Amino acid sequence: MTRNLTCICCPLGCQITIEFEEEIISVEGNSCQRGKEYAKSEVTSPVRVFTSSVRVMGGNEEMCSVKSSLPLPKDRILDVAEAIRNTVVEAPIEIGDIMVPNVLETGVDLIATRKVEKRQ
Amino acid sequence: MDHDVLVIGGGVIGTAILRYLSFYKLDIIAVDKNEDLGEGTTKANSGIVHIGYDPIPGTVKARMNIRGAELMKEESRNLGFDYKVNGAMVVAFRNEDLPRLEELMERGRKNGVKNMRLLSGEEARAREKNLSEEVKGALFLPDSAIVCPFSLTYALAENAVANGASFTLGKKVEKIEKIQDGFAVTLSSGERITTKYLVNAAGVYADEINNALSGNKIHITAKRGNYMLFDSVTKGMFNSTIFQLPGKEGKGVLVTPTVHGNLMIGPTSIPISDKSDTSTFPEDLEKIKECALKTCPSIPFRNVITSFSGLRAHEDGDDFIIGECPDVPGFYNAAGIESPGLSSALAIGEMVASLIAEKAGAERKENPVTTRKPPLRMKDLDMEERNRHIKENPAYGRIVCRCEEISEGEIIDAITGPLGARSLDGVKRRVRAGMGRCQSGFCSPRVMELISQYASIPLENITKNSKGSLILMEDSYDL
Amino acid sequence: MTYDTVIVGGGPAGLSAALGAKRKGAKNILILERSEKLGGILNQCIHNGFGLHTFKTELTGPEYAYRYIDMVEKENIPYILGATVLSIAPHSVTYISEEGLRTVSTLSIVLAMGCRERPRGALNIPGTRPSGVFSAGTAQNLVNLKGRKLGKRVVILGSGDIGLIMARRMTLEGAKVLAVVELMPYSSGLKRNIVQCLDDFSIPLLLSHTVTKIEGKERVEGIVVSKVDEDKKPIKGSEIHFDADTLLLSVGLLPENELSRKAGIPLSPITGGPVVDDTFSTEVEGIFAAGNVLHVHDLVDYVSEEAEKAGEEAALYALGKVKGRAKVPVETKGAIRYSVPSKVNERIEDDLTLRFRVSEVMRDRVVKVEINGKEAYRGRRRIMAPGEMETVRIKGEKLKEMGRIETIRVMEEKLDD
Repeated sequence: MTRNLTCICCPLGCQITIEFEEEIISVEGNSCQRGKEYAKSEVTSPVRVFTSSVRVMGGNEEMCSVKSSLPLPKDRILDVAEAIRNTVVEAPIEIGDIMVPNVLETGVDLIATRKVEKRQ
Repeated sequence: MDHDVLVIGGGVIGTAILRYLSFYKLDIIAVDKNEDLGEGTTKANSGIVHIGYDPIPGTVKARMNIRGAELMKEESRNLGFDYKVNGAMVVAFRNEDLPRLEELMERGRKNGVKNMRLLSGEEARAREKNLSEEVKGALFLPDSAIVCPFSLTYALAENAVANGASFTLGKKVEKIEKIQDGFAVTLSSGERITTKYLVNAAGVYADEINNALSGNKIHITAKRGNYMLFDSVTKGMFNSTIFQLPGKEGKGVLVTPTVHGNLMIGPTSIPISDKSDTSTFPEDLEKIKECALKTCPSIPFRNVITSFSGLRAHEDGDDFIIGECPDVPGFYNAAGIESPGLSSALAIGEMVASLIAEKAGAERKENPVTTRKPPLRMKDLDMEERNRHIKENPAYGRIVCRCEEISEGEIIDAITGPLGARSLDGVKRRVRAGMGRCQSGFCSPRVMELISQYASIPLENITKNSKGSLILMEDSYDL
Repeated sequence: MTYDTVIVGGGPAGLSAALGAKRKGAKNILILERSEKLGGILNQCIHNGFGLHTFKTELTGPEYAYRYIDMVEKENIPYILGATVLSIAPHSVTYISEEGLRTVSTLSIVLAMGCRERPRGALNIPGTRPSGVFSAGTAQNLVNLKGRKLGKRVVILGSGDIGLIMARRMTLEGAKVLAVVELMPYSSGLKRNIVQCLDDFSIPLLLSHTVTKIEGKERVEGIVVSKVDEDKKPIKGSEIHFDADTLLLSVGLLPENELSRKAGIPLSPITGGPVVDDTFSTEVEGIFAAGNVLHVHDLVDYVSEEAEKAGEEAALYALGKVKGRAKVPVETKGAIRYSVPSKVNERIEDDLTLRFRVSEVMRDRVVKVEINGKEAYRGRRRIMAPGEMETVRIKGEKLKEMGRIETIRVMEEKLDD
């Protein structure tokens, strides 16, 4: 099988052609190793970094932005988004703090991408 | 009776009537179906104070216009609304049309306009450098002025309230009954209000109100007028208002600065059936574009910040209908108020109020409030004054609307003041936050928070203008 | 006290410029930021994809901003928040804040005000004027920073990056994005965003289409979309009706140059930003500009890079290390719409970076720069698109070799092989 992909690893957006059966046969069009890895993962088990924001209690911000500590399986993204819709976290928060551990048993944490101080 | 006078309509005409009535010893109230004042015809028009050269001599329009323009100048000082004498020109593009400029001047003279003169094309261009080379001559009207219709309406309303008048907003008149010595008006809220005298200032709906009570039927057609408003970088492109000489192709469009300095062009005039439809149409916009380019070939269309449409209330008889309805004593009309309606507003208010006062035998109050303090505008103050205000209240130093340089303090004033704003448009019309080039993109999230905080309205209930125009959709996301 | 450098704006450009100025020895630097925090628009860009060039890792907007804020804090560079600059002049800046209206004097100024979104009005979309129409950036602010719900059934006009990012964001928030509509025959967003924001969620992208009517008197009740012909005029009969309650507009960004205009700084009619030379000096001596106020970038990494240089140059100017020099205009040819800088000094010893955008999608091209008629740069481009900024770098050694610059020309041609 052959699939044409647009690489999402960086803004270049390389057009990659990947040929595969049970095993990967060839990857062409990528400009870097990350592109190759992306193409392989895209045809076996596609993943995406997930970002969102969650509500904060007692902080100087209403929301705290979060990202997945590792890319999540693509088909779990909407579930995760749904699952954290009513999540409330407490200030203070530092960048990198775990906001939601092991979200939906994926083994991936959601971590804060911003600092939120306690409301004075 | 609950009240002496009830005015239906919180537009510029209704509030003008209320304001003049408030000088008398009368218990007065105005109702409007919209949540804010001036949400109908008032909110979208040219903002011109015509000096009265255009109406046919002898008409009510002619009389009201002349008096209205005089009063506007006088009251702009008392009430502190945004008003500026900027002069106007009626321009002709063909030599054979030049005699028609003279006819227009003659008409103006008959109406009582004093200051008018004819200019050659060169003279016109010497005054307005961006005027087309095609302009062959112009009728120059130095006393013509521009006004902010919102600012005028709020000023009148606040003055009326200072004299004890009240408003009931967001409630539609559902039913009107003639009762003994007066009228009973039922509102959409279910309230039934009784009044000795009733005034119809219902704009495009004035025929419905009149026809519910009177055998003298009137018929009002809503006419749609599309406008385009430009970024303030166009400030100075035109100082005066430029009308085109009306011709076979219609009235032409005007090119004018607004009182705040933005260039504006329009309107079209298209009769429509739905009296609440203020849609804009591509063909209308194309048409005003094409017509305006005749006046000025260098209009920078890339600087358009918004286009909008307003409705004018045209009565079949083509004149204002003002006064007590012959077959319904105590019922007063201010109907068919189209151009020059804004220019005539104060004259209409003065006239209707005095007719009612006379009929009711009401005396003038000993010391009515006749002035109103305009809202604080930080931008217009010098450094020292600004610093004084900021020292007293730091909110005046926090800029929320960056396009128009409006501070948080000014927005709070607009919300907490008499007849305070309850919607984004309400804030915009009172203090211009959101009126600028980004059209509220940057400031609306903050303005919503301020309305929520200072008017105690939950954020999810905040609207753009009318009840159903919710900004957020906070209920659950069930699809 | 007189500042060496005052920086107008505390977003990515302003922060970087401050660091650049500090590095080159400016002692008294001041950043004026109108909002309540540093970082600018990055604070609401919570998605990842920032910093690959600068930090060799993929960060979210707030993380990228934080790294710069942290550096600025560590360098003890003073800044004032909630300070809106009202006017600038060659050696002074007037701003307003809770403390009052102040004018500070400074030897140099860096303009870093960023850009703003084109509003609906600029498009003259016919129809009603209900609530439920948001610019994509306003929507992003309300959703990401305030956690607000904007609507359930959404149409997005414009396939620029913010439009694409918001399509995904609204979907994750539980809304249904019915379509992303693009006037042009191509998207102006990054290709990766088409994949991960639209394709991943099966959101249709309608190219060569536009919104021709907004329905609903109070709240949006429907959006009519039409196909457009080659002149971008709607084709009658091609209307598609979407039962939408929300319209997001991502229809272009405009450099925010009201201050520059008022100060009489010449602007480029193409970019909407100040005309600058290779030191990011505007035509008014002592005033520099960088970032989106200059021209709209696609990547923040380039904004940081450019602004750092602008800051350095502003500091050098303030310290009296820059002499007045003759400038040569950069000519652009073919599909190359403009170049930033649009002028260069006749003697350049550092590396020279030229950035530009093209007017149409082009494949297999060669970009060339000729100085004094001789080739100074030649580079292949497999694909160039108006949505992406192109960069050309010419080494300082090469420029030294070329000597005094008399003419400089950027062009593109078909790759012949």
